[in-house]
Amino acid sequence: MQLVLEKRAERSNTIALISPLIAIGLTIVTMVILFAILGKNPLLALDAYFIAPLTDGYSLQEIAVKATPLVMIAIGLSLCYLANAWNIGAEGQFLIGAVAGSWIAVKTQGTDAGAWVLPAMLLLAAAAGALYALIPAICKVRFGASEILTSLMLVYVADLFLDYLVRGPWRDPHGFNFPTTAEFDPVATVPLLIDGGRLHLGSIIALLVVAAAAILLGRTIKGFEIRMVGAAPRAARFGGFNANQLVILTFAVSGALAGLAGIIEVAGPVGHLQPGISPGYGFTAIIVAFLGRLNPIGILIAGLFLALTFIGGEQAQIAMKIPLDVTKVFQGILLFYVLACDSLILYRFRLVFPNRQVARGTG
Amino acid sequence: MRKTLLALAAGLLLAGSVGAASAADKLKVGFIYLGPIGDLGWTYQHELARQALVKELGDKIETTYLENVPEGPDAERAIEQLARAGNKLIFTTSFGYMDPTLKVAKRYPNVHFEHATGYKRDKNMSTYSAKWYQGRYIQGLIAAKMSKSGVLGYIGSFPIPEVVSGINATMLAAQTINPNIKVKIIWANTWFDPGKEADAAKALIDQGADIIMQHTDSPAAMQIASERGKLAFGQDSEMIKFGPKTQLTSILDTWGPYYIARVKAELDGTWKSEDSWGGLDSHMFAMAPYTNMPDDVKKMAEDAQAAITAGKLHPFKCPVVGQDGKAVECKGGDHLDDGQILGMNFYVKGIDDKLPGK
Repeated sequence: MQLVLEKRAERSNTIALISPLIAIGLTIVTMVILFAILGKNPLLALDAYFIAPLTDGYSLQEIAVKATPLVMIAIGLSLCYLANAWNIGAEGQFLIGAVAGSWIAVKTQGTDAGAWVLPAMLLLAAAAGALYALIPAICKVRFGASEILTSLMLVYVADLFLDYLVRGPWRDPHGFNFPTTAEFDPVATVPLLIDGGRLHLGSIIALLVVAAAAILLGRTIKGFEIRMVGAAPRAARFGGFNANQLVILTFAVSGALAGLAGIIEVAGPVGHLQPGISPGYGFTAIIVAFLGRLNPIGILIAGLFLALTFIGGEQAQIAMKIPLDVTKVFQGILLFYVLACDSLILYRFRLVFPNRQVARGTG
Repeated sequence: MRKTLLALAAGLLLAGSVGAASAADKLKVGFIYLGPIGDLGWTYQHELARQALVKELGDKIETTYLENVPEGPDAERAIEQLARAGNKLIFTTSFGYMDPTLKVAKRYPNVHFEHATGYKRDKNMSTYSAKWYQGRYIQGLIAAKMSKSGVLGYIGSFPIPEVVSGINATMLAAQTINPNIKVKIIWANTWFDPGKEADAAKALIDQGADIIMQHTDSPAAMQIASERGKLAFGQDSEMIKFGPKTQLTSILDTWGPYYIARVKAELDGTWKSEDSWGGLDSHMFAMAPYTNMPDDVKKMAEDAQAAITAGKLHPFKCPVVGQDGKAVECKGGDHLDDGQILGMNFYVKGIDDKLPGK
């Protein structure tokens, strides 16, 4: 006897729409049991996780701040993945973007450089991210090297390069040898949108990116080409679409967005370049891209949702005095149900009895 | 369905208000931890201090902690979350929280902040740290006595003054016993990563070191030294159970008395922004029992500890000679002054390695 996962012949759109709700429902049920076992009030936990963060302006801002880099990177990755190009190295492109943009900030520090500094930083970061992403793309197209491996390995190169810069040439001369640049000047800082909060211009840029991606995929020939090459490569070839060109293009766009996200994070919430500027955004964004089903609006929702679990997790730790591990388990359960529900819409389990099949085959 | 939802909502409101009322009259004290509370090193010692604080003043205060908070963009939010949750005194227990703590402190002028091991202060932000180099000096004496190969292995975290002054103090002490003593240094570039720390320990032993010293937080290096039959010093906490035949001593971070004093000041309304940098005499840290060494070495260590505590012995007694062979300017009379030690970015003579970034 064997359990196999088999594709459903047809899928119901209604089920697809309510699937996330089913997942959240199942999570809540599991969580109530879990918290009851731990002797904590499940209602309080539910409040801390889902309701408190959504009911005050501060937490909403923080959710947007946390989601901004995730959404920007995930949008770029979704274009790659739709076109069957597997960019796993967004983390590296994020770091290289941060480094390139910071170069201008560091070099203009203490000078009377004007308002051009920030736009120049953003442009340079995007360009650097794109160029960095082109390395694995060109290696794939020219030499057939697996872009999954090369893009991933370049993450460590970027990480160590950043490390070298902040420990060596760019180190804050007044920072007691600590590995960080000096705080950026105001002209090199992403402006805040609301006084006293942390919401910054980057969130608006992320929304524009989402809108642009939605238009690209929904309304343009290029978008059709991307989806076509990914979904039906043979048909696309007959249609005259060049898959290699698309690998180059999607990698470049995705690298540019990751690089832009990197400099926005550094010139925004962090304020200076240091090691550890990314708690794994480039990798978490892969989850966000798939959680959002490679759809721009879906990615926006998924990014905000993941950010909510982070903020809610912290508030639960504070409000309920539960250890971090429990909040992590909770995040894991949530993701598990979302993905499980998604899979079960498209697939179903079936028990296969090999013996009977063999008998039928020979008889 | 609708009824259930209403009941749920009512329950939530009720639960929320009950929780708020019972905690309203107690002083709320928050902690931000770098590692998990079970790291058995740096964060664990802060957690022990928090528990001591609760034991002492538990009827007047309510404590909350956030663990495993990375020193990146998330730190500022975590600190602000504690401030928003009504914590009036917040301890941020790692160097990398310096700028985030300062930013939040500016936004919450009525909340008091205590930042460990940093150098930026504000009217509502204090700093506190310990003169660990004193303990390193004692370890240097023991290491030079106990080493057969004359090579010490040192696992550094980051090449910052706190760590560099520890290496220098170790070497200055060791040179008084064995002028030709050598030290091999590996920078782990992390405070806590058991895998990397273990690799560093293995590499150091392979390079001939027979005493392992560390400025990282996990007991991994102690375990490796124990497996390979070498000797080692613990870090932050008592690590003897990871190397009963290996640990010579350990520098124990004992934050409890400081935390209790600061919370009492907050309760009395006498809290002021300060810079506390305590040595052996202030109980900011302690030495674990001297073990796995002959009695004469133990006696020497205890004598050195007594002399340092009494202020008779200063690890950075002038002249301190740098790698370039020149004596460093002596700003503190007969020893280097606090500023020179807090900003130390040079190696002393006898360390044949290059300080990263120099």
